[in-house]
Amino acid sequence: MTESTDITLDRSGAAPKSDVVLEVDNLTVEFPTDDGAVQAVRGVSYQLRRGDALGIVGESGSGKSVTSLAVLGLLPKTARVKGSVKLLGEELIGKPEKEYAKLRGNKLAMIFQDPLTSLNPVYTVGYQIAEAILAHHDVSKKAARDRAIDLLKTVGIPFPEQRVDNYPHEMSGGMRQRVVIAIAMANDPDVIIADEPTTALDVTVQAQVLEALEAARNETGAAMVLITHDLGVIAGHADRICVMYAGKLVEKGSIDDVFYRPRMPYSLGLLGSLPRLDESGKDRLTPIVGSPPSLLNLPPGCPFTPRCPLAQDVCEQEEPGLYPTGDPEHVAACHFHERLVGVSSSDLFRPISVDTEDLTAADLAPVDLEGQK
Amino acid sequence: MTAPTSLGKPEPEATKAEPVLSVRNLVKHFPVRSRGLVRRKIGDVHAVCDVSFDLNERETLGLVGESGCGKTTTGRVLLNLVKATSGQVMYQGKDLTKMSASDMRPLRRDLQIVFQDPFASLDPRMTINEIVAEPLRIHGQYGSSEKGRGQVRELLRTVGLNPEHGNRYAHEFSGGQRQRIGIARALALRPKVLVLDEPVSALDVSIQAGVINLLEDLQAELGLSYLFISHDLSVIRHIADRVAVMYLGRIVETAPVEQLFRTAAHPYTQALISAIPLPDPQKERTRKRILLTGDVPSPVNPPSGCRFRSRCPKFANELSEGERQKCVNEVPALVDRGEGHRSACHYAEAMKLI
Ligand SMILES: Nc1ncnc2c1ncn2[C@@H]1O[C@H](COP(=O)(O)OP(=O)(O)OP(=O)(O)O)[C@@H](O)[C@H]1O
Ligand SMILES: Nc1ncnc2c1ncn2[C@@H]1O[C@H](COP(=O)(O)OP(=O)(O)OP(=O)(O)O)[C@@H](O)[C@H]1O
Ligand code: SF4
Ligand SMILES: [Mg+2]
Ligand SMILES: [Mg+2]
Repeated sequence: MTESTDITLDRSGAAPKSDVVLEVDNLTVEFPTDDGAVQAVRGVSYQLRRGDALGIVGESGSGKSVTSLAVLGLLPKTARVKGSVKLLGEELIGKPEKEYAKLRGNKLAMIFQDPLTSLNPVYTVGYQIAEAILAHHDVSKKAARDRAIDLLKTVGIPFPEQRVDNYPHEMSGGMRQRVVIAIAMANDPDVIIADEPTTALDVTVQAQVLEALEAARNETGAAMVLITHDLGVIAGHADRICVMYAGKLVEKGSIDDVFYRPRMPYSLGLLGSLPRLDESGKDRLTPIVGSPPSLLNLPPGCPFTPRCPLAQDVCEQEEPGLYPTGDPEHVAACHFHERLVGVSSSDLFRPISVDTEDLTAADLAPVDLEGQK
Repeated sequence: MTAPTSLGKPEPEATKAEPVLSVRNLVKHFPVRSRGLVRRKIGDVHAVCDVSFDLNERETLGLVGESGCGKTTTGRVLLNLVKATSGQVMYQGKDLTKMSASDMRPLRRDLQIVFQDPFASLDPRMTINEIVAEPLRIHGQYGSSEKGRGQVRELLRTVGLNPEHGNRYAHEFSGGQRQRIGIARALALRPKVLVLDEPVSALDVSIQAGVINLLEDLQAELGLSYLFISHDLSVIRHIADRVAVMYLGRIVETAPVEQLFRTAAHPYTQALISAIPLPDPQKERTRKRILLTGDVPSPVNPPSGCRFRSRCPKFANELSEGERQKCVNEVPALVDRGEGHRSACHYAEAMKLI
């Protein structure tokens, strides 16, 4: 049994900013293939502060999972990872797998979409939670089991004293995911990374699981990275948000800034494509024309150019950095972010119904935003 | 085509016009068999239980509910793709459930279905032209190759696709494009009714929006009636005129769409609406959630009385022991209890949730 007591926490004085638990800096990930390198993640940077919840959204294939797998050290050997990932000030990139494995499930916990990838079918859930505790703490088996029951109660599993002896297959999908959350909590992690933790679940069950996640955060004080394609889930459970597009962060800020004052046309377009539960009336939806670029041989310039109603020549040539907007914590990767002040998605995108994937923004007449042609 | 105006979008449920399709007391059981050699029948999955509704002309009826509640089975039984255990589906004065496959044939033209991924069941060696032409050929409407090709091109244009791409194969298209091809195929025989089974559920939202717009346009242009199946209440609110909410094989509430969201009366509908996260941080922060406990019971052995009672917050927290007896012993009828629309709860009470 490994002993790692809480002493490690006291070393956090060595961290650059005591407040930052996870710092990702200029992270890039490439996968070599026969056709060239897939640039799955292209220079992602974010900081996660103690207790904070950071949401990451983006279309399928935008690099959300690869970014997180890189942080967790779980990418296949073929992946070329560059940049820096610091947990409590300690560099993780290049760490030997044995040391990485010790961090995972201790300071760094993870929850994936399919709970069965994290659970072992041949052991009871109680045994698996207790194992997680015993792997990092020198306590008796009885104490570990009691703690397991406590944790099951925290994540809202009814009759935890009985459920603790269930095998995973005796539980529903929502319950299994709550067991995974209980395991994630077992060692008071500093950071929980949850990748689409509720995507496979029905909404009423999703609500239970998200509640369990909140309970886990309250009890452990862990900071969380919550990856999802559901903007509603982010709105309710994150403090800050990163929008990913083609392997890059294209907008980053507080959830209020990004939801109410988006400054990157893609974020605005995403919000305008959503059918709304909370709005009556039949306003037409505004799809984003085109589809995301291939991550093989990306052309220079802003990757959103072909789909962007604001695009100008400069967009094809120069990839915009993350420019500060009104609030310095709110940054957007668009050369023309200032033009989006006060603009709504229906000003910028059209309510068309033809096959948008076969079009580019240039196929449509240019939009006529106030103050420009 | 019929007069497009007055029939438009009836808000109140009481429209005098004949419904296009009338479903009455529809039941579908699937046998559950034991394992082993003999495979005795040991029970039934009560997939669809006493379901009744009307589909009106040029209307979108949203059928919503969680996984396994019987939406797909309802759609398939409706079109007689699966035999009903009992009940009626009336279309143009005929009961579809009693019809043989050959009797159904002429009616198939009028009644079409679009699946979540129409390509899961299709030959990957067929081009898009061939896929869309297939129903025309089967029903002898392809005609000369010139006429047939013309029809196919026109159909591809109708669903917003570039007809030049007709010689490509399905795998060369993205999810949203495939869904459009599935719609083109369903439209080939000029149907009156489309059953759309989760037609946008697999798509990224930026693509989903275009397909939803297309379905709205097609309905307006072609005068179609839709049974729109989805587990996503946001999509349903956007596209449907009326909604039927299903739980464990039964319809528990049905109402015009705005009324359902303003005055949901069944505890399940209320929990469902309140569980859906809104993409609006301020609203999310101040929202009250009705959390359900427990899991959906097995449809092989559904609870007696009200099927929702094992998870019902009202049953658990508000009712007296005496009141609960009614939930345990009596199946609540789907009737208007004073909320202006029908719900299947003995103690229905309208509630505004968003
Ligand atoms: N092992 C791998 N080899 C090659 N390419 C890969 C590998 N893993 C991921 N990719 C590619 O990296 C890109 C980013 O994938 P990622 O899984 O991070 O997307 P995502 O944003 O999580 O999408 P989703 O919403 O579908 O989960 C994709 O284009 C994917 O095809
Ligand atoms: N061919 C079949 N044989 C046995 N049981 C079936 C069959 N088809 C469906 N069922 C069962 O009937 C019930 C209703 O299934 P159905 O597919 O209609 O649900 P659904 O509402 O469409 O769910 P989802 O949202 O997951 O598509 C489920 O319990 C399902 O397991
Ligand atoms: S009938 Fe009883 S158990 Fe069913 S929904 Fe109403 S209160 Fe709940
Ligand atoms: Mg992913
Ligand atoms: Mg289904």
